[in-house]
Order: sequence, then C-alpha cells, then structure tokens
Amino acid sequence: MKAYINSLCAISPADTFSGEFQLQVSETAYTSDFLKCIEPDYKEIINPNLIRRMGRVIKMGVAASLKCLKDIQLENPDAIITGTSLGCIEDTEKFLHQIVINNEQFLPPTSFIQSTHNTIAGQIALMLKCNSYNYAYVHRNFSFENALLDALMMLTEQPAHKILLGGVDEITEVSYTIMQRLQIYKSAKDLSPDVFRTKTEGSIAGEGATFFVVSNSPEKAFAAIEGVKIFYKPLDETETQNHINNFISEHGLSANDIDAVIMGYSGDSRYDALYDKMADSIFAHNNIMYYKHLSGEYFTSSAFAMWTAAQMIKKQVFPDAMKYRFVSPKAVEKVLIYNQYKNSEHLLILLSE
Amino acid sequence: MNEKVYIAGLGIVSAIGLTVDETLESLKATRSGIGPITLLETTLKAAIPAGEIKKTNTELKQMLGLDVNQSITRTSLFGMMAAREALQNSGVDLSKYRCGIVSATSVGGMDLSEHFYDDFNADQTKGDTEGVKGHDCADSTERIANFLGIKDYLATISTACSSSANSIMFGSRLIKNNIVDVVLAGGTDSLTRFTLNGFNTLMILDKEHCKPFDAKRVGLNMGEGSGFVVLVSEKVMGELHKKPMAEVKGYGNANDAYHQTASSPDGQGAFLAMTTALAMSGLKPGDIDYINVHGTGTSNNDLSEGVAMQRIFADKVPLFSSTKPFTGHTLGAAGGIEAVLSVLAIRYNIVYPNLNFSEPIPELNISPVTKLMENINVRNVLSNSFGFGGNNSTLILSAC
Repeated sequence: MKAYINSLCAISPADTFSGEFQLQVSETAYTSDFLKCIEPDYKEIINPNLIRRMGRVIKMGVAASLKCLKDIQLENPDAIITGTSLGCIEDTEKFLHQIVINNEQFLPPTSFIQSTHNTIAGQIALMLKCNSYNYAYVHRNFSFENALLDALMMLTEQPAHKILLGGVDEITEVSYTIMQRLQIYKSAKDLSPDVFRTKTEGSIAGEGATFFVVSNSPEKAFAAIEGVKIFYKPLDETETQNHINNFISEHGLSANDIDAVIMGYSGDSRYDALYDKMADSIFAHNNIMYYKHLSGEYFTSSAFAMWTAAQMIKKQVFPDAMKYRFVSPKAVEKVLIYNQYKNSEHLLILLSE
Repeated sequence: MNEKVYIAGLGIVSAIGLTVDETLESLKATRSGIGPITLLETTLKAAIPAGEIKKTNTELKQMLGLDVNQSITRTSLFGMMAAREALQNSGVDLSKYRCGIVSATSVGGMDLSEHFYDDFNADQTKGDTEGVKGHDCADSTERIANFLGIKDYLATISTACSSSANSIMFGSRLIKNNIVDVVLAGGTDSLTRFTLNGFNTLMILDKEHCKPFDAKRVGLNMGEGSGFVVLVSEKVMGELHKKPMAEVKGYGNANDAYHQTASSPDGQGAFLAMTTALAMSGLKPGDIDYINVHGTGTSNNDLSEGVAMQRIFADKVPLFSSTKPFTGHTLGAAGGIEAVLSVLAIRYNIVYPNLNFSEPIPELNISPVTKLMENINVRNVLSNSFGFGGNNSTLILSAC
C-alpha cells in the first residue's frame, strides 16, 4: 500500500498555514500553559455567514481542508476521512455547562448539534456539497493513523480516488485544566523551549489541524507514503524494537537507510526515555528529529509530524528547529515517524521521496 | 481483494435482553424495552420514556466479574458484555490469529464525565477525576480490548448515529486488505443526560412509545446498549468447522451534504449508501428480502429514508421494519445492534414487527411489517444507519 501526498496544509502553533517551512512559534508561546495555534484570517477562507456558528476546532479543520483542496484545484474529493480524538470539546463543554446551570430546561441546541465528533468532516462535506464517503476516527493516538490506513486501503480498492485526509484536535482552558489534574500536561512554570531536555513529568499541551490530499498520482507530489503500522501496549522494549525493526524490513530497508527519524518526544520524562532507548539502539547512527515543541502534545499530532516529514522531503532540508540529535547531512529520501502515547498506542509512518 | 468476510459470532445487550437468547425471546413475544427512566439521574425522567437497561453499574460489574469499586463507564460495561458474548459465540481462538477490534460510540464515557462536570463546573478543583478518565471515545474500545486480550489492531469510529455500521464496514475492509484475520466490530453507548437533553432541545423525542413510519410519528425514544459481530476471513471461517451465520456482502457510505442534523427531502445520502451497497453485493433490488430501516420515528428521517427506498425499489419495496420501538435508538450502538438483529432474521427466518404503527405516511406508499413473521425465507437483509453530519451507511448481510 503506497500513496502520494499531492497537497497539504497545517494550522499549528508554529505558524505553518501559509505553507512556509520556517517553524516559528510565537514569542509568547511558552509563557502560557499550552501551545495554541496561530490561526489564519478565516474570513478570507470561509463564508463569513458560516464562520459565526462554527466552533474554533471546526474553523481550523475546515480552513486547513479548503486550503489543501484549493492549492491543487480539487473541487470535490472522493472521500473525506478525519481523525480527531476529542472532537469538538468546546461545544461539548458549553452544552454540559448549560445542562448544569439551567437544570436541563430550555437549552439552546447549537452546542449539542456541533458537539458530535464528525462535525468537522460533515461540515466540509456540507460546504463542498460532497456526497462522498465520510468518516471520523476517534481513537486517541491512533485517530489519525486509523484515518490514514483507511485512505491507503481505499487507494488499493479505488485506485483513481483523491482523498481528503486529516487530523484535528483543539485545546481549551477546561480540557487543559482537567488533563493537568490528571497529570498529563505540564503547567506554564515548567515550560521552556528546552523542556524536552530537562526531564520533568508531564507533556507540553498543544493542538492543530493538518490536512492532506492523497492519491495514487505522483504528479507534483510532496512525498510518498510507504506505509503505516500501529502497535498497542507492547510488553517490553524488546517487543517495541521488534515492531519497529519488522516495519522497516517489511519495506525492504534497514535502519541505516532511514535519513531521518521523527520522534514524538513530548517533554514527559516518564515516556520520553523510550524514545531515547530506540535512538540509542535501532537508530544509533540516524538523524533524530523532534516536533512537539512546535505543536505540543495532542492525540492527532502525528498528522503534523507527517506534514513536517513531507516538507523535509520536498524541500530537502533538515530544519534546525527540529534537530534533536543530528548526525550527518544527506539527501532526505526516507523519513520514519515514530510516535507513542504513554507507551500504550504506538505508531509508525514511513515516507519516501 | 475478492476475499469474503463472514460473521462467526454475535453479541447484544439492550433494553430487550442482555444476551442474544433473551433478545430473541423478547422479539418473538413482541416485548418492547421502552418504559420510564428509573436509573439515569435526570429531571426529564418523569416526562420522557427510554429503552433503559435495568441493571445498575454495580450489577453489570458483578456480571462481568469486575471489582465493583473500579471506576468504569456504563458504555464500557455494555461493550464488554456484548463483545464477550460475540467472541464466545464465535468459537474463535484469539491466540491463533491476528485479531483486531473496531468499536464505535457517539459520546463515549459521557455517563461518568457528566457527573464529574457537575462538581467541576462549580469549582474547577473539584470532581472525581477517576470518572473523567474514560470520557473519550477510545476508552471503551481499549477496555474491551484489554478485557478480551485483543491487541493487533484497534480503531474507534464516531459518526453519530451511523457509527457502528461504519465499524462493521471498516472491520470488513481490514480483513479484505489482510491487515488482520478476525475483527470484533460493533459499538456501544449508554443513556446520558447529555444526549437525552440534546435530542430534547431539538424537540425530536416522543413522550410516548415511538411510531416509526407512521403518519402521526412525533419523534424517537432513546435507548442504550451494545451490539458486536465477529468478522472473520474465509480462511478462519474454514478452520472454525461450522456454518457461517452470514456473509457481509455489501456496504456503502455516503454523505447527504444537506444539513448538519436534518436529512434531505430526496434522501440522496441514503439513496447513495444503499445503491453503493447493492452494487458491491452483486444483488438486484429484488433480491433483498428484508430491510431493517434506520426508522427513528422522527418526521424528517422516516420520510427521507422512505423516499430513498422508493427511489431504489419503486413499487416493490421489500418487507421492512424499524426495531427501534423495541430497543430505543441506541445512537452509536444502533448499527451494531441492528446488524445482530439482521443476522438473527436470516438465521431464524423471521421478520420483526414495526411496533406502534397504524397509519402510513401520506407522502409515501409503503407500510412496514406490523406482525412478527415466522417461517419466511430471509436470505438478504439490508440495514440502514444514518446520523448527524449527513452520515449515511448501509450494510447488506446475506445467508451462506
């Protein structure tokens, strides 16, 4: 199963919407508790009459999608496949709040209507009048990977399809507060751009909307997707290593053929040690890159990682901002993404030139 | 890619039974599960009936052999019960194959997180965080996977009320594409104040028993539960040394692209989902023996679905009924529950009555089955599941 990335767009905290590959977070990014997206001017992208009713995550998802389609003048994709772990949490919170304060009486329906996890995929279809296949995957760190596998399978079933594929999640004050109480995230006092080397507990919270058009056509492609694999709750590091080694060899490669490994270092000392172990064993001679200091940790951040990988291949650069352990400059032909959440949901994505 | 996908096992939990056998018994006795809400804490309980499962979370935990003090969502408990039954029923030995789970839910663990939110809303340092850990949609899927020992592939889908039809579709494709050999596919949802109030604000809840496809229908009854099927490859089916319960012969997914919550007057999304599934199955419309309709009982759904059916089947619309007057509308679990009921229709050659029907919709010229039909040859069943966001899905399940 192989596919080409024909178009891409990321809304992220690293100011990526324009397609520039500068990877700069705002000067104030590390002064608040979480990394928030630098959002585009939606009025230029979405019909202003529709914007008013849309929650923030919907706007981000719709804007990234529309830009992605517009860049290659694709009016109507053959499928819209999204991954979003927590969906429209802002609207979910609003409706919960209304239930409590109004004691279940006389509630406005808008927040409820927009709270379903497929609102973003549905809104895109509605705006495009697109009757095609339409899915929303919602499985934590696998959300985007489920969507990606669906797209890859579809391109073997329906080879001519052009698929809109994306991952999107938002952060709100409330969701941050709850996750911080669950000891998932750090707070502002523990944050700095060096956080990935300081080894404290908790990850840096973030969000993003990243969309792609994928197809079997190599025309003007940014990169090729060679494959994707997930594994769940490995028993030990040996099992993790086996999964990674098998994935690489299934594609006729050895670890030394990988020009860059993008790892999901999240700043959480409890789980980042696992990346270090892989970097020091399987990938002892590879360039190791990282990205969550630019996006923050969220369940569909692998979509953003795939955006950076495709840009690295297209532009043939190892961005300084992403270098974690840089060994040697070379052509960027094969890039492997390895991301895991709490040593539970692990995923691998391989991209090539 | 021409690989066939079979159903080797069934599991179901709803207001009409906690097992396949109990469910069948209720269906044959025309015993609806709709009644007053007694367990869910809601101010709407006196006014609105629902298909509530009359077991407390503690009782469910005991039935599953779990520690009763463990914090676990009702959504997960239903899923574990139905999935366990399906797996046992299939006879599949998990250790011999690559096994995955594809589950679906509309609001995941909202049943506990809304309790958390009651306290949290007043003071953000309050609320038992144990209850909110299972809020997200994947929690129930992972609970089921961990409970049964499945780890080769996990996915969760949430496309509102069509969710678990989509999980059966995706599960079938995982087998056809040789990602895994066995998939436990279905969905689970529990009654929550969140969804009950949500549908109430849209004014589409019937305060009496719902009347799908009736001229005087006024809305739906909500329900809760879980339905799972065990999907297997041809190779696995051969090694089970038993007759398949059904084959997943066709499926289709389309978007109505008309309105966030309402269905289009011409039922375009439903029409496309059904025609795609039919084309894939290689069957002609006349081969369909029974349609388990989405049939929520809302004015909008039933008319739109009926129009789409007439566009495809013209004046030869097959026998059809909505089973939601039995179970209530179980949202993300509905596609799984109704897939199980569709397979039972094939297996026992029965067609279920559409309860509470008396008068046809004037804009249509079709009427559902109103009395239980037995000893009738049911070979191909079409099952519809539609949801918010314009999501329309159809499954075609066939006798083997």
